[in-house]
Amino acid sequence: MSIVKPRRVWQSRAMVAGLAGVPLMLSSGLALAAYGLNLQPPVTPTAWDILGLHNLIMIVCLVIFVVVFSFMFYSVFAHRKSRGAKPAKFHESTTVEILWTAIPFLILVTMAIPSTRVLLKMDDTETDAELVVKITGYQWKWQYEYLDHDLSYFSNLSTPRDQIENKAEKGEHYLLEVDNPLVLPVGKKVRFLLTANDVIHAWWVPQLGVKKDAIPGFINEMWTRIDEPGTYRGQCAELCGKDHGFMPIVVEAVSDDEFNKWVNVRKTEMVAAAAAADKQWTKAELIARGEKVYQQCVACHGAAGLGVPGVFPALKGGAIATGPVAGHIDIVVKGKPGTAMQAFGAQMNDADLAAVITYERNAFGNNTGDVVQPSDVKARR
Amino acid sequence: MASAHHDEHPTGLSRWLFTTNHKDIGTLYLLFALLMFFVGGAMALVIRAELFQPGLQIVDPHFFNQMTTMHALIMIFGVVMPAFVGFANWQLPMMIGAPDMALPRMNNWSFWILPFAFTLLLSSLFAPGGGPAAGWTLYAPLSVREGMAVDFTILSIHMMGISSVLGAINIIATVLNMRAPGMNLMKMPLFVWTWLITAFLLIAVMPVLAGAVTMLLTDRHFGTHFFDAAGGGDPVMYQHIFWFFGHPEVYILILPAFGLVSQIIPTFARKPLFGYDSMVYATASIAFLSFIVWAHHMFTVGMPTAGELFFMYATMLIAVPTGVKVFNWVATMWRGSMSFETPMLFAVAFVFLFTIGGLSGLMLAIVPADFQYHDTYFVVAHFHYVLVTGAILAIMGGAYYWLPKWTGHMYNETLGKWHFWLTVIGMNVTFFPQHFLGLAGMPRRIPDYALQFTEFNQWSTIGAFLLGFSQILLVIVVVQTIRGGKKAANKVWEGAEGLEWTLSSPPPYHSFATAPKIK
Repeated sequence: MSIVKPRRVWQSRAMVAGLAGVPLMLSSGLALAAYGLNLQPPVTPTAWDILGLHNLIMIVCLVIFVVVFSFMFYSVFAHRKSRGAKPAKFHESTTVEILWTAIPFLILVTMAIPSTRVLLKMDDTETDAELVVKITGYQWKWQYEYLDHDLSYFSNLSTPRDQIENKAEKGEHYLLEVDNPLVLPVGKKVRFLLTANDVIHAWWVPQLGVKKDAIPGFINEMWTRIDEPGTYRGQCAELCGKDHGFMPIVVEAVSDDEFNKWVNVRKTEMVAAAAAADKQWTKAELIARGEKVYQQCVACHGAAGLGVPGVFPALKGGAIATGPVAGHIDIVVKGKPGTAMQAFGAQMNDADLAAVITYERNAFGNNTGDVVQPSDVKARR
Repeated sequence: MASAHHDEHPTGLSRWLFTTNHKDIGTLYLLFALLMFFVGGAMALVIRAELFQPGLQIVDPHFFNQMTTMHALIMIFGVVMPAFVGFANWQLPMMIGAPDMALPRMNNWSFWILPFAFTLLLSSLFAPGGGPAAGWTLYAPLSVREGMAVDFTILSIHMMGISSVLGAINIIATVLNMRAPGMNLMKMPLFVWTWLITAFLLIAVMPVLAGAVTMLLTDRHFGTHFFDAAGGGDPVMYQHIFWFFGHPEVYILILPAFGLVSQIIPTFARKPLFGYDSMVYATASIAFLSFIVWAHHMFTVGMPTAGELFFMYATMLIAVPTGVKVFNWVATMWRGSMSFETPMLFAVAFVFLFTIGGLSGLMLAIVPADFQYHDTYFVVAHFHYVLVTGAILAIMGGAYYWLPKWTGHMYNETLGKWHFWLTVIGMNVTFFPQHFLGLAGMPRRIPDYALQFTEFNQWSTIGAFLLGFSQILLVIVVVQTIRGGKKAANKVWEGAEGLEWTLSSPPPYHSFATAPKIK
């Protein structure tokens, strides 16, 4: 296991936690429990370092602010014409001007040194990575690939539409919950490789202290090492289109054993899913499954298949959803380049694709009666 | 005969359409900015209304993105920049002892481009798919994939850019050529200095923005791949070009505000500006540094460590000249004989609140900490503190300061103070809680949010409505003052210094027909 290196005083956790209290106390008497007033509690060495830096700068800024404005407000109260103040004649003083240039400069240098040290540590993505995860941003979901374990899956928002549209009570983790979280072992240095499929996204989990852009056509990298098991939540942090606010990130940090068990379970599931593709499905089975899969299409095409006029085409009575089956399979499997319509062939298995296409051809009053089997999809890949 | 024609002033619509007079054009700019302030403000209220509580209530996410995009474009290019040009038009000739601007016909043109540019931009809301929704920064590839509204936006940005560059050329030509004899550069009022430097920034960077959006246009329609990795391009290059414009742009939005405040504070402290020379040098240093810090807007794109360090250090350096300015204003007030008429209230609030934005800017410069702040409400709070409690407060202070000179009437001081207090309270209730939202982890540009962010968002929305509706008072004060009121003296304020106060209130049509003598 890695050894926690001794930190300088301002970086020690007790000190960081103590300093955190100062700005909190200064920022009015709001009920602290209900209002988050500072960065979220760190669970990685990097996030601790950042919190330490943040608190340090915050305090320096507050002190400067209070000192400068005590002068100003004293002046505002004391040097008033209405109190008989006579204007002094002084202006320009080389000594004063040199001092108020040099002192801030020195303060900046003292801020720059710890900042540089933390940055150099954060940027060390090359050494000692024990696990590599490739993260790909899509409009509007994340794909996680465990390169060492030959495992890959998508992670979608799991908050029901009814909660978003205020038709149902909102759950505790409203908008910060997903179907398949990213599972990571604690105490291991994990190296992330980031890219995107369509537009720029940014992967951010505040408690881990990591945020980096996922850029189509380029690979970015960063690393983390989570100290404590738990569930940590974040969101996409770069405007990526309509549902930018609806692509959360959930990280489950578990022990090494649990991680290995989880990897095996996921792999078994993948094999089972592949087997399902070979059997013949009934129309009812396909439609039931398709309705669930269609939740991934709702963001653009709408729950009622109406789309967004001028932006995302409607499926209700649409030329593709009611046209030839082959054309429908092609667009879902291969996507439409240059638009938000992705190539879902790379994202879903044949059973899911067949189900969702069958659903689309029979829902929203489309009633074509067509049944698309997984084997039909396989044939057109 | 020429002179007889010269004195013929058209009336009605043609007076405003064909005017080449710096005061008329200044008025047009300021009224245009006021109108756009309400248009952009209404969009802000749509945003805040949607964010009052979690869930989607009022608008859908796509329209929400159109609102954030348009709000920013309108407030930056339609409010703050035109308002400053309006001040420049009215004040520069009067402050340097000139009859008018150097290039009056171009002046007319540079204003009249704007209404068309903004009609084009606003009309894109009715295009198929609605207005631009990629954020005012129009990052590729998102903006490349959007509907025709982006083309409308690109064209209107070109028009705004032409307008700004023409205005800047005019200001430089006026300031460098038309100063009264004896007024050397180091005797110019600070407002003139800050505008001179701003004008150079405009000429330097508006063409860069034009280049960036033109590349977007060709990527969209003409098969180029400047920003598309699949064609050998680079999406991050767009960000580098954009912010090479964008960072000097934020100083374009604040330097004239520094100038306004540097005029107002000495007047009401009845004491000259503490360090005139150092103020000029600080302004020039800020302008220079603005060209070498752009990448601090994009620390999360994955730059080499050396690049991150360079941009961090350069950005931190800006705190030095900015500090010099704040210290100078405080030292000017120190042992003055102050009175607090409305313009002074705005100026003092500016110094205090702008500094909050300045200090949060310093925090954002620290790269590791920026990784937590970037693209959160902390950034939203930061730039609204520098732009709203910075630029907008200074513009309002400047308006109250010179309105009596321009109209010949005193404004209603009681209403002015009400306007000040409601505005400042509204601003702080709106933007201060956003610092906490950002630290707690709320990303910017989202139409819906997790439950733990609810309380501060409600505060922010309440503040925004207070702020928005208080501006009706501003309109009432301005209309009242234009229509009548107590006669204003030539030297409106007891402690005022400068050539504009030697003219009548309102000033003659051609400000200084003969050049004044400067001691």
